[in-house]
Amino acid sequence: MKILVAVKRVADANVKVRPKADGSGADVANTKMAVNPFDEIAVEEAVRLKESGVATEVVAVSCGPSACQEQLRTAMAIGADRAILVECTSELQPLAVAKLFKALAERENPQLVFMGKQAIDDDANQTGQMVAGLLGWGQATCASKVLIADGSATVTREIDGGLETLQVRLPAVVTTDLRLNEPRYVTLPNIMKAKKKPLEVISAEVLDVDVTPRIITQRAAEPAKRSAGVRVADVTQLLDKLRNEAKVLP
Amino acid sequence: MTILVIAEHDHATLKTATLNAVTAARQIDDLIHVLIAGCGCGAAAAAAAKVDGVAKVLVADAAHYADQGAENVAALISPIAAAYSHVLAPASSSGKNVMPRVAASLDVAQVSDIVAIEAADTFVRPTYAGNVMTTVKSIDAIKVLTVRTTAFEAASGRGEGAPIEALPPGPDLGLSKVVGREVTKSARPELSAARIVVSGGRGLGSREQFHALLDPLADKLGAALGASRAAVDAGYVPNDYQVGQTGKIVAPQVYFAIGISGAIQHLAGMKDAKVIVAINKDPEAPIFAVADYGLAGDLFEIVPQLVGALG
Repeated sequence: MKILVAVKRVADANVKVRPKADGSGADVANTKMAVNPFDEIAVEEAVRLKESGVATEVVAVSCGPSACQEQLRTAMAIGADRAILVECTSELQPLAVAKLFKALAERENPQLVFMGKQAIDDDANQTGQMVAGLLGWGQATCASKVLIADGSATVTREIDGGLETLQVRLPAVVTTDLRLNEPRYVTLPNIMKAKKKPLEVISAEVLDVDVTPRIITQRAAEPAKRSAGVRVADVTQLLDKLRNEAKVLP
Repeated sequence: MTILVIAEHDHATLKTATLNAVTAARQIDDLIHVLIAGCGCGAAAAAAAKVDGVAKVLVADAAHYADQGAENVAALISPIAAAYSHVLAPASSSGKNVMPRVAASLDVAQVSDIVAIEAADTFVRPTYAGNVMTTVKSIDAIKVLTVRTTAFEAASGRGEGAPIEALPPGPDLGLSKVVGREVTKSARPELSAARIVVSGGRGLGSREQFHALLDPLADKLGAALGASRAAVDAGYVPNDYQVGQTGKIVAPQVYFAIGISGAIQHLAGMKDAKVIVAINKDPEAPIFAVADYGLAGDLFEIVPQLVGALG
């Protein structure tokens, strides 16, 4: 069984990203980049399924500029067998990425498409669901547990009220949530091996997908600033402030 | 322009999130329809019909909507959506699950988690954990949106009563089924809509201590209980308590962050609270930079004192 895993290149989670001074977008120039944490969890899960004999091949896929190859090598160091870069230098939005994945799924015939539930840059939480919709496949989003057996995925999902367990027929799209697994540390020997694994670069044109953005950023701004707070010495002072100054408690 | 709001409900009741979504819809235009897909959902439909500003309620009542699975619900919405200028849902688990499928089938983009509406085609939404607020314009003919409920007031449920129209159910795609559920049952207010939130982090040390210390405080304040990712990962509380970039977004009147360091990802979920109180033994913890009132000290002493002082 083949698994396609999405790997997005995003600003590292520890970086507090700010808007550019001219307000045209987020300032990520010179920012450390990384694999989207949720996608890393997706790669780890796919690799575990291979190690347990459920999957036969894990293919990591990234869409974006040539630099995404870094993240694909990381995915292969975690254990993906090969990688595909859909190279594109213009802005890629979820609908376009979903169409690219649909085209790749039709080419590669995976039984599972894994990706993070959201990317920590745009926080959109759409691509996985769009891929499933375009392919007419079932979906299981926000997975905290995945079991594959008998042509189905049994997925425990984290939802607003708690947990829901869904059984989805394969092929399906599964998007990953935080607690699905803890990705392994990438070892140096595996990093070296990853350098030799196949990485195919193709263009969006080859896949016959129109990637023109549909959402135009007008401006990017800082969030409203909170006014500076104060330190209180003890509980008495705290309650006094909450009751009499902020007036949020009776 | 007519706007379609996809209701958040549990068949028997309409969730408050729908009321916030209706308010958002009303900021775009006046003609609003609400769609309810469910099974035995007459009561939810009746409640939707009473929401102020709603002109019509469309109900699709069938067994294959009992689980409200994304595949079937999206397949119902897509053919209907073509008649609307905007299709909105709250940015809840189910809204986030369903709407992108609808957008993809219509071959349009989705604008997720909007917090403000500047024009019928222009919206403000948070990116990078709420550190970069982007104003975006959608060029698609149909706008598919999810709405951050904390950014819009709840419409009242005392409208005149709109007509309820039965819809022929859409197809049962048979792609997935729910085989289990573990829903947190609590008498406390719902976290995403509560007026006061008491939230605990890893500093609480254990599940027993989390509840021993924070339950009495939440009880005294009539508050909801929340948690940081670290506390959930450590097993102190279930996943639906998590507040943050990828968990619940809350904007209460008061947010007590107790034993929470204040990572970027946590702040994304609570920095719109009116008043933030931080209690932490590390006076340099990042949480103090956003707190209106910061009390550095041992939470194991402070919280019981606070409970006692609340009388």
